[in-house]
Amino acid sequence: MNIISLSPFDLSMAAILVLALAFITLILKLDLASRIVIAAIRTVVQLLLIGLVLKALFAQVNLFYVAALSIFMLLVAGREVMARQQRRFGGLWGYGLGTLSMFISSFTLTIYALIVVVSTDPWYTPQYAIPLLGMMLGNTMTGVSLALDKLTTTAWQQRAVIEARLILGQDWRTAIGDITRDSVRIGMIPMINAMAAAGIVSLPGMMTGQILSGTEPLEAVKYQILIMFLITAGTGFSAIIATWIGARRLFDDRQRLRLERLS
Amino acid sequence: MTILRLHELQVFTLKPFNIEVNNEIVFLTGASGAGKSLFLRAIADLIIHNGEAYLDEKKCSDINPVQWRKWVGFLPAESAWWGDKVGDHFSDNNNPYIPLLNLPADCLQWDVARCSTGEKQRLAIARLLAQQPKVLLLDEPTASLDPDSVKLVESLVIDYANKFNAPVLWVSHDALQIKRLCQREFKIKENEIIEVMT
Repeated sequence: MNIISLSPFDLSMAAILVLALAFITLILKLDLASRIVIAAIRTVVQLLLIGLVLKALFAQVNLFYVAALSIFMLLVAGREVMARQQRRFGGLWGYGLGTLSMFISSFTLTIYALIVVVSTDPWYTPQYAIPLLGMMLGNTMTGVSLALDKLTTTAWQQRAVIEARLILGQDWRTAIGDITRDSVRIGMIPMINAMAAAGIVSLPGMMTGQILSGTEPLEAVKYQILIMFLITAGTGFSAIIATWIGARRLFDDRQRLRLERLS
Repeated sequence: MTILRLHELQVFTLKPFNIEVNNEIVFLTGASGAGKSLFLRAIADLIIHNGEAYLDEKKCSDINPVQWRKWVGFLPAESAWWGDKVGDHFSDNNNPYIPLLNLPADCLQWDVARCSTGEKQRLAIARLLAQQPKVLLLDEPTASLDPDSVKLVESLVIDYANKFNAPVLWVSHDALQIKRLCQREFKIKENEIIEVMT
């Protein structure tokens, strides 16, 4: 099957739609026109830039470059997790907690997928490594930020309950147990829902892109299944890791609840 | 016989404080916001503090905090509940203190959300005593109770303290109650905890 290459003219035909939308919001005085245009320009510039980076990266298979881009992606994802917290941990923990748990699960699972499942040679072949890691980070980011947000806001609200349980001689793990369970659940539900709805309610974006660019549908489906499994496992593991470390951090060595560690 | 000893215990803006409480009821009074609750919370090792608390010469910082809090029975001014049913908070279906507080035997089946403040307070006392603490730290235990329940709680605490030789630290604003029960009284005034001579 031939790929129908999109010309700049084709894309400008799509851009007209966005401009039309911006124009209509202007008439309706929705005060959105400039934001729509700026966001659209950002999409073009950012995607073109990453396209160029990927092109350069694919041209020479170099572990160092792949690692550098991976770390950059991780750091941006970590910042995003932190920004989405209503009550985050103070100091380095605010940034480090989400980043660390995403690093542990996303990197391990991506490397596992590259070596054991896809078996590329070398294992860090950028065509596979970067998109896989990107999918992992994008989704674990959501899971970790949901889980951590639930953990910290609920602990904040339920201070009296947690302390009542400590007073009655429960250890910290039991005292905050209901809250950690809820947090992990909240972090994982989006992925479980996505797996359940995949193919019926929605055609996943990656698969759509592959099919549009000419891949045989069943091949695209197999990759999509791989991605869904990886993402689900990655999101779940990182939500568990982040919640566990976060919950531990809410208590000190004398098992006192230390909410002042949240800012 | 249990002895609670505080050595240079210091929290909040209060000055360091030393005391030895034997089998007696010691009242702690003072204006709201003076730090009475924080003081009890420090003894239960729930908040950061300086100095040391000893129970029969066992140092708080040497004891596992979970064990320490079981020994030191702290009753906060407001009770907190995590389960839906009252019974979710009791390990034993035959809590001996429930009938003594004029609560019906089936109260363990109640929904926590439907209990009144006074019922919750009496249930919280039964819940605490069931752990058999060696010491009682009571933060305004009768503030939300009707006069009959106040009498029940007072005599229950006295009986418990006598039976287990437990020291009791009791925060109260009720002058008549202090008069009725008090063996020693300390007052927080200008950040200092001073014994009131009667």
